Amino acid sequence: MKIDAPSKIWRSLDGLAGTKEFQESRHREFPPGASELNHFDRRNFLKLMGAYLALASLPACTRQPIEKIVPYVKQPEELIPGKPQFFATAMTLGGFAAGLLVESHEGHPTKIEGNPDHPASLGATNVFHQAALLDLYDPDRSQAVLKNNQPDAWESFVSALNDVLQSQQSKNGNGLRILTETVSSPTLHFQIQQLLKKFPNAKWHQFDPVNRDHVFEGAKLAFSEIIETQFHFEKAKIILSLESDFLYSHPNSVRYARDFAGRRRARFPQTEMSRLYVVESSPSVTGSNADNRLPIQSSEIENFARALAEKIGAIPNSKIPSQNLQYENLTSALAEELLQNRGESIVLVGENQPPQVHALAHLLNNFLGNVGKTITFTESAVSNPTNQTESLRDLVEDLNRNEVEALIILGGNPVFNSPADFQFAENLPRAKFKAHLSPDVNETSVVCDWHIPQNHFLESWSDARSFDGTTSIIQPLILPLYAGKSAHEILDAMISPPGRGDYDIVRDFWNSKNPGANFENGWRKALHDGLIADTKLPGKKVLLRAVQFQSSKPNSENLEITFRPDTTIYDGRFANNGWLQELPKPVTKLVWDNAALISPALAKKDDLSNGDVVEIEFQNRKIKTPVWITPGQAENSIGLQFGCGRKNVGNVGNKVGFNVFELRTSHALFFTQSVALKKTGAKHPLVTTQTQHTIDSEDRQILREGTFDEFQKNSDFVQTGSEAPEKSNTLFNPQEFKYDGYCWGMAIDLSACIGCNACTIACQAENNIPVVGKTEVARGRVMHWIRVDSYFRGPPHNPEMIHQPVPCMQCENAPCEVVCPVGATLHDKEGLNLQVYNRCIGTRYCSNNCPYKVRRFNFFEYADYKTPSLRPMWNPNVTVRWRGVMEKCTYCIQRISAARINSEEQNRKIRDGEIKTACQQVCPANAIAFGDIGNPNSRVSKLKSHKLNFLMLGELNTRPRTSYLAKLRNPNPKLA
Amino acid sequence: MAQIFRRRWNSIAPASIFGAALLACGSGWLLHAVYWSPWITRQMTPLEQPVPFSHKHHVYGLGIDCRFCHTTVEKSAFAGMPSTETCMTCHSQIWKDAPMLAPVRESLAENKPLRWNRVHDTPDFVFFNHSIHINHGIGCETCHGRLDQMPLTWQSHTLYMKWCLECHRAPEKYIRPRAEVFNLNWTATNQLELGKKLVADYHVHTEQLADCSMCHR
Repeated sequence: MKIDAPSKIWRSLDGLAGTKEFQESRHREFPPGASELNHFDRRNFLKLMGAYLALASLPACTRQPIEKIVPYVKQPEELIPGKPQFFATAMTLGGFAAGLLVESHEGHPTKIEGNPDHPASLGATNVFHQAALLDLYDPDRSQAVLKNNQPDAWESFVSALNDVLQSQQSKNGNGLRILTETVSSPTLHFQIQQLLKKFPNAKWHQFDPVNRDHVFEGAKLAFSEIIETQFHFEKAKIILSLESDFLYSHPNSVRYARDFAGRRRARFPQTEMSRLYVVESSPSVTGSNADNRLPIQSSEIENFARALAEKIGAIPNSKIPSQNLQYENLTSALAEELLQNRGESIVLVGENQPPQVHALAHLLNNFLGNVGKTITFTESAVSNPTNQTESLRDLVEDLNRNEVEALIILGGNPVFNSPADFQFAENLPRAKFKAHLSPDVNETSVVCDWHIPQNHFLESWSDARSFDGTTSIIQPLILPLYAGKSAHEILDAMISPPGRGDYDIVRDFWNSKNPGANFENGWRKALHDGLIADTKLPGKKVLLRAVQFQSSKPNSENLEITFRPDTTIYDGRFANNGWLQELPKPVTKLVWDNAALISPALAKKDDLSNGDVVEIEFQNRKIKTPVWITPGQAENSIGLQFGCGRKNVGNVGNKVGFNVFELRTSHALFFTQSVALKKTGAKHPLVTTQTQHTIDSEDRQILREGTFDEFQKNSDFVQTGSEAPEKSNTLFNPQEFKYDGYCWGMAIDLSACIGCNACTIACQAENNIPVVGKTEVARGRVMHWIRVDSYFRGPPHNPEMIHQPVPCMQCENAPCEVVCPVGATLHDKEGLNLQVYNRCIGTRYCSNNCPYKVRRFNFFEYADYKTPSLRPMWNPNVTVRWRGVMEKCTYCIQRISAARINSEEQNRKIRDGEIKTACQQVCPANAIAFGDIGNPNSRVSKLKSHKLNFLMLGELNTRPRTSYLAKLRNPNPKLA
Repeated sequence: MAQIFRRRWNSIAPASIFGAALLACGSGWLLHAVYWSPWITRQMTPLEQPVPFSHKHHVYGLGIDCRFCHTTVEKSAFAGMPSTETCMTCHSQIWKDAPMLAPVRESLAENKPLRWNRVHDTPDFVFFNHSIHINHGIGCETCHGRLDQMPLTWQSHTLYMKWCLECHRAPEKYIRPRAEVFNLNWTATNQLELGKKLVADYHVHTEQLADCSMCHR
């Protein structure tokens, strides 16, 4: 098999190797089985259709049914039906808040956006914030209080709870335990303190499987106290990430992506660019954006860090063993760069690395003079930062000794996601009274006596702090859809029965902190702004201790497994969210499954191919999982993602994926060696979108990219390398067509795009895009209007990655328009390529002719507009498409229309930046620019005039309105 | 050799050809007639309503402006239907015991909205915006007819796309001064001349109005 030169870009290992299957798949546009309807072949189908057609004309003679028009009984004063309202609120993930602005139509929320004034968001969101909307309307949500899995009433629960508490009162709460997730809510913290005052011997435990234990332990090692590090990427020239996925998984990742992209995006002039080094075992979003990347085992990273520290001179007498030649060059080059850029670098460590590595990073940052410049220290925004694994262990030990008489679990799913050696599921029944508050009846709820449905954040009053401390009030956009309650209400019922509603609880708390006449104004301002002013955590001066490092062990090169939260399902809580299940995971682009990621070398050694089910054994615990060969995975490391494989979840997520929590123990939470890998011979089909809708080939240039140094030497390298045809050949020839209106266009900066997929899911939420399920995705029928194509370049064991978001190109010379037999796709005066659903008859010729493959066809009735709970979720400004019509990205024409109408009514022109497409609005890195290219001062016009601007497949003369800015990388020339 | 067709077929053949042609034309004419008939378009057909509301009495008789009930017509895509409270602003004092108004009183008492049958309804793939039409000088009467003369409410025009395009392709034929939009009585003395002037004054982009994206998204 011919291996193409490593300078070429490739999308799959088969593609790189040029296998026969790959060549065949390139010639077929659709995957095998795509033209069959579940083993029903074309001939039979046409016979049936012929009969149907003869009979179809009869029921077609009907008239439009009469619809009802239903006004209010009492119309709310500020609500204008047809115009959306926006309310500021916040969503927590892992305990940390992100400020949001939620769009509400006639009283029900329809789209979540970031709050431009909130420092953790700056207007952007991540994939979880977007998908949270579907969770609100999830028909599988828990709807009633359950006692022993039978419906019951809230009042019965309160009275049962109070009976238990009364008996606890005499013992000062000896047997009372509260288990929560990470708490940053000032109100909740206050309530818990009140409860602990009432019951002094009760205990409060916090547990989240994705927590900051190692960060805190590392800080304690370095500073003797718990400290959080706030990073200022906009000030950093050199960034070294030791397995920290700060662009995607950090609590402040949305903000960090913006700051990071700020020093990499196309600018005028472009005189400098930051450099990112990433050392990790499994490819992450951050790793895919690295200029220099080293894949090594997670357990080896500590040795790497120490080798680097010694090279820099930060550790005079290190006790590390002889240098590992594998990364000798890298540590030398890094040491040199870091020393040359003192005060302008950042060394950061992932939450999965042990505390010693965190302490080492603190030492390095201190030595390099970064403190106070690129790094500041603050307290934690978490109300009561503790080691959560130990906190849960305490609880389990108490349970084991039968000392727990009443356990109230507020949120979370410890039966599913606690460390396997705690055996939480076996120990939990020992508590005499157990109640669980959660949004669905999950693995923990079925074991408890009482289950109380938890309100979604869009239905409840609360508060929370973001990573930098900024506090936001969480306000609901809709009354609770079902009989749900919040953690505040349960605690209040315990402290002062029967308990107040959560509005009163939160408001009274803030009133008590700000008594006086000005409270009402302050409260309204906080609700309006989405944050409370001056609540950011102040910088803290800390003293670095002399850290004693233990002598490290030499790396044994044994097989290692690593645990990470699933990139789209998180810790399991989003398992029933169809949008997230179908969202291609960054890097692997797998959907509807999780897999064990293995390196190409390991696959070759053990003769494994994609989908082979293996059994992994660790300390007498076994799990079975399929493997996925991942370019860039460290050689002897297997990357496992936890969160999938749940069995007590709604219709969407049940039994999807493979449960990795069964292997995860408290002494090996993030990585461990001494594992055994065994092939089972079984196969599980894994579906990825990485090889779908491919448009690459040897003779077409889809991407332009180069290094920053190349750009400095020859800034025209993009323009001279491309082959755009004569400019006169256009639909908008100024000699033929005089037009002075708006001309919409888009520019996507590939240097800024981090590949997080937030644009994909934002588009799905805004445009009523359906979920199609695993089988249909396997046939290439995923319905996302914008997709992020990822390309590799370089050797399979450590390739570079380039991410390219592909929406509809809105070609001026659209190949799709000329072939539509019924005129369902045509051009409007503003340059948009329109898709008129009511005209489309489904010949699919347009999709056939599109070179970018951005058109999506509704092969079946994918949209679910019958389930009652999902109907308020649809965006009323966008058609919900039926079976048989083609759809595609429209540049959010509903937003363009609304802005145009608004501006005409106000007798002015649309301002630059007034219209933000959904993808543009949520992008954390602000990589997408949209606007009027007829206005030379608009952001998009300026970007299109940049020397890095190019058109994808421009040589085909499609004249796309969506252009790209070439990706610049900045690798260290000494490491070429 | 023997003939395949008997002599009788000499007349059946041309007759059947003409018959088929006549049938095709006839059915085409029938479909067309049905399609444009009030049975399909619901023109001039009052619909059954919970309360037999008379625009003639309220608008012509009492002089109530359209916007008193249809409050959001100048601000939003949706013109606005009066809430039960709006009806009760008067009818809690006038005709407060009338049996005809019992559904309104019940609606307020039970907090259940009135379910009217929609008279002017376009298909779901049409996104119509009222406020921009009002802003650009299209009178209520242009599309909804002389509501002040209707004792019951019916649709005056077909609301077919062809009908919308008559104005969208030549707005000067129907545009009126903004001040006269809510005046159901107004007619122009020189519509075309005035229309051309208003189209320019109100910045109506005629070249764009027939784009599909104006109404379909």
